[in-house]
Amino acid sequence: MLLLLAVHLAAAVVAPVLVRWIGRKAFWVLALAPASATVWALTQTAAVQAGEGPVEVVRWIPSLGLELAFRLDTLGWLMTLLVGGVGALVLVYCSAYFSPKATGLGRFSGVLTAFAGAMLGLVTADDLLLVFVFWELTTVFSYLLIGHYNDRKASRRAAMQAIVLTTAGGLTMLVGIILLGEAAGTYRLSAVLADPPQGTTVTAGVVCLLVGAVTKSAMIPLHFWLPAAMAAPTPVSAYLHAAAMVKAGIYLIARFAPAYADLTAWQVVVLTLGCGSLLVGGYRALRQHDLKLVLAFGTVSQLGLLVVLVGFGTRATALAGLAMLGAHAMFKAALFLVVGVVDAATGTRELRRLSGVGRALPITALAGGLATASMIGLPPFAGYVAKEAALEAIAHHEGGLSGQVVYWAVVVGSALTVAYGLRFFWGAFATKSSVAHPPVHDAGSGAAPDRATAPDRDGPAVPATITRPSLVLVYPSLVLAVLGLAAAVLPGLGEHLLSPYADGFAGEPGHLVLWAGVTPTLLTTLGIVAAGAGLFAARGPVERLQASVPPVPEADHLYRRLMRKLDDLAADVTALTQRGSLPVYLGGILLVFVGAVGGAMLTVTSLPESTRAWDHPAQALFGVLVVVSAILTARARRRLKAVILLGVSGYGVAALFLLHGAPDLALTQVLTETVTLVVFVLVLRRLPAYFSDRPLAASRWVRLGIGLAVGLTVGGLALVVPGARVHVPVSDLFAAEAYEFGGGKNIVNVTLVDVRAWDTMGEISVLLVAATGVASLVFLQKRSGAIFRADEANEGRQVWAIGGQDAAAALRQPAHAPLPPTPSGAYPGLAHGVRRTGERSKEWLRAGRTLAPRRRSVIFEVTTRLLFHTMIVYSAYLLFSGHNAPGGGFAAGLVTGVALVVRYLAGGRYELGEAAPVQPGLLLGSGLFLSAGVGLVALLAGGSVLQSWIVDIHVPVIGTIHLVTSLFFDVGVYLVVVGLVLDILRTLGAEIDRQAEAGEHTGGSEDHTQAGSAGQVFGAGAQGTADTDGMIRTAEADLEVQR
Amino acid sequence: MPLNPDTSPNLTLVLVITALVTVGVYLLLERSLSRVLIGVILLGNAANLLFLVAGGAAGRPPLVGSAEPSEMSDPLPQAMALTAIVITLAMTAFLLAMAYRSWQLHRHDEVQDDVEDRRIARLAARDERATTDADTEDTRSTLDEEAAETRDETDDAPSERTTPVEVP
Repeated sequence: MLLLLAVHLAAAVVAPVLVRWIGRKAFWVLALAPASATVWALTQTAAVQAGEGPVEVVRWIPSLGLELAFRLDTLGWLMTLLVGGVGALVLVYCSAYFSPKATGLGRFSGVLTAFAGAMLGLVTADDLLLVFVFWELTTVFSYLLIGHYNDRKASRRAAMQAIVLTTAGGLTMLVGIILLGEAAGTYRLSAVLADPPQGTTVTAGVVCLLVGAVTKSAMIPLHFWLPAAMAAPTPVSAYLHAAAMVKAGIYLIARFAPAYADLTAWQVVVLTLGCGSLLVGGYRALRQHDLKLVLAFGTVSQLGLLVVLVGFGTRATALAGLAMLGAHAMFKAALFLVVGVVDAATGTRELRRLSGVGRALPITALAGGLATASMIGLPPFAGYVAKEAALEAIAHHEGGLSGQVVYWAVVVGSALTVAYGLRFFWGAFATKSSVAHPPVHDAGSGAAPDRATAPDRDGPAVPATITRPSLVLVYPSLVLAVLGLAAAVLPGLGEHLLSPYADGFAGEPGHLVLWAGVTPTLLTTLGIVAAGAGLFAARGPVERLQASVPPVPEADHLYRRLMRKLDDLAADVTALTQRGSLPVYLGGILLVFVGAVGGAMLTVTSLPESTRAWDHPAQALFGVLVVVSAILTARARRRLKAVILLGVSGYGVAALFLLHGAPDLALTQVLTETVTLVVFVLVLRRLPAYFSDRPLAASRWVRLGIGLAVGLTVGGLALVVPGARVHVPVSDLFAAEAYEFGGGKNIVNVTLVDVRAWDTMGEISVLLVAATGVASLVFLQKRSGAIFRADEANEGRQVWAIGGQDAAAALRQPAHAPLPPTPSGAYPGLAHGVRRTGERSKEWLRAGRTLAPRRRSVIFEVTTRLLFHTMIVYSAYLLFSGHNAPGGGFAAGLVTGVALVVRYLAGGRYELGEAAPVQPGLLLGSGLFLSAGVGLVALLAGGSVLQSWIVDIHVPVIGTIHLVTSLFFDVGVYLVVVGLVLDILRTLGAEIDRQAEAGEHTGGSEDHTQAGSAGQVFGAGAQGTADTDGMIRTAEADLEVQR
Repeated sequence: MPLNPDTSPNLTLVLVITALVTVGVYLLLERSLSRVLIGVILLGNAANLLFLVAGGAAGRPPLVGSAEPSEMSDPLPQAMALTAIVITLAMTAFLLAMAYRSWQLHRHDEVQDDVEDRRIARLAARDERATTDADTEDTRSTLDEEAAETRDETDDAPSERTTPVEVP
């Protein structure tokens, strides 16, 4: 069965290509797929008959108990024959039905073939979840097929309505499947049915299943999607809405009826909805003027009958139901195909405009006549046999009042069926006196027939012209109609083939017979036919009567109103939850945290038995420092003040780390705080000096309340967590393992580069991503900017020249300037010398001359010159000794970063370019590559990923070097951290400088900001305060420019 | 030799954590991106301290040979906190870059409400629709009436056919 499904899938995939190659003939090839299913089912007939149908089980996800299970029993066998047989005929029909130039034919062919495959899977699946998957696949394909003409509004709406309704039913069904499967302990369909679980939950699950079935089979009150789906191409209506998809619901009811038909809930749902649909569909069909709509409402009616029969739950009705299932698929598909022929030949389906079609198209009329006879239950057709069996079975059931009601509903429904069946045949083929005889175009005439337009409802009907259709269009319906005749001639064979299913029910066995003598049932049938014929004869008064009945609200309108209300509700919910405000979202998340974690803490945990005030009294001291500076941070209105207080708090935390016995943490924290401080200031110089003033009212107290709630929750956690251990700490053996396998004495570092190296790998990847993000936010046009080299700086370039007043400018004028030299002559002389000689050997920093003179500080430059190399050497020491003493790649990288920060602050961006003339991307990339590479090398060397190897090398002078391969991993970490800091300096430092000097994105609000430049803060000290008026003027001018 | 078995909490650190989280959340719920960032950093410090408290009592630095393992502090939370510290630095830089970008575009670094969300809320309050879809608007005719008027793209050129046609 998997092979057959694969054939369908392959056919569906190649279908569009095939259609492009060979046009409509491709449908012949595609028809082979469903035809093969039919042939396969026929070859299995004997085995299925014996109850030994094929079974296939493929383990799919064993851990979830999911499997691909298929089984063919009598019910599945019948459905496979119908799905495959009708599918093949419909595909053949398509090859002549559509114009070769029809749009979207490739897609249509693929979807239709895929639908056939999904249907086949649905009827053979033996796993409840698999049934659901195929069920939803048919829904989706049906959506695509109904909406085939996606440029037409009617098609789109019909498709959307169908998918909304059937998916809602499908999801309900999924709930039912899960309830049932969990109660049974297995999702294998055959196992569930062999030993059906009972109980209230199971009853609820079965009702959910029924909801799915009745939506799919278009029962009232959700029947309206089926007539609307007539917007689909006619072959689709023939296949999906007569033979296959709407039968899926019947199939499901038939599948579960042996186990659950005796439930009261089942009986109520099935009989009420079935009888209701039977009557409403028949009644509505009597006033339709479109041939497809007559059939569509007729299908609603017939589906109602089928639901009643297969859901009734006795042996005889089950047999009759299956017979009816087969008969209906044959005659209804044939009738839809006939409508397609008439439609194609005349250009209309309006029965008031069709006349003389039967004379012009006798073979089509023959097919239509045979199928109609089967539908209205005339002997000797399959429909007659099935309906006789049904009436006989219901009449003999001791069902009390409900049995009586069902019997009469079936009788009345059958009479309505006779009436609309005659209406259909008359409408399609009769020669009507009210319509002038239409001209017939011969095949060879080539005259383009006048296509029908909208019928004129008031004046005399305009006749439709008739062209002769291809016989390829006629044969499929003829085949189905003749099969309906043939099946009835051998009723015994049908009974023999279908009885294995019916035997699953209790009660007297039913029989399928053509002639059972003059029985009450035969008389009833005669009465039905007579009544139906009478209704048809009186069609004029009947239509007028129906029109005069005050209109009940159309289900379609109710549906639309409901959907509108649903939209409004969705909008209200969206408005309530999606406030678009970050504080509201964060507050919501935090309150959930407080509720969930705090609630669990209060209910599950208890307070620790003993507590300690501190491990070391100094902890209290630094704790107070941390808390006070944090509170002052929150109160600060000036940005710089807040950031500096934040730094104080951070250094305090570093002290707490140290007191706790974590020197590595303390070292890293101090370095990080330093870099953080610098980064903040680099950006803050561009931002307003003060946090914007906001009207603070209740919101501040709300925020404080949430803060306190979260703080107390986390504090409570901190109280209970240390005592919550139930296992020995995983780090218990770290000390021994670190030395023995990791080859290092610093356990924290060995943990980072060896024991938990995967974590570190992930974390340096995060650093790389963050650095890339920073770069892309600042370098808007390219990944990274140029490296600023001192040689390339323009002569006279003055970095950080903007902002403030240069009070000492006069003092630095060169000696030959008009200004008189100062008495000492020292300052001008120095400035002159530095600027003009160009001999770098005489400068402290290589790019010092690129700074604006007033931004330079000799002391700072000298200190930098002395410190830089020392810091680099120190970082190398930390890197190499980190395995045995506090340090390591993170700390070493941060020290190098701080060294670069110092160079940048002392000499500007050209100095940074001189200090580190590489792209940070290179450092980041090669660092990650090195770390990952170490892992791979260990793998290649036969160890596990990231395993360390310890090598002792004897070097003559130095002695023995104890080399551990994880050092290279740490070097990778080092490079990534340096890359991160360099990236920050080049973007938030150098690039922002460049943008400011180039006048990009500046609002002229230099003075408005914290400080004009980094140099103003760090180097030469803060210069004069802002010229407020000027600032406002320039800001306004800038806004003008922006507009 | 097992690690330091004392698992009673250190009240000083618990109080520091409580205070840092409170202030951190208070700032996190602000509108100014730089204040939000300061809140995040304070929360990060609190979380790192929480790691250490969860790891047990203070002790000697976890360096093999410098002390008995039973006197050492737990190294595992330290390793976790160490990488967290550096990642906080990376995130600080990223958020600051965002603040800078916000300043470039809007001249401030405040997190504004989502305009589209506000628009939907406003329309919902008036029971108006945010979008109109011609496909779902109510029309006079029912869908089956519309379906009756659809026509398939059938073969309209019988004369070009090579297959036999139906002849009376």
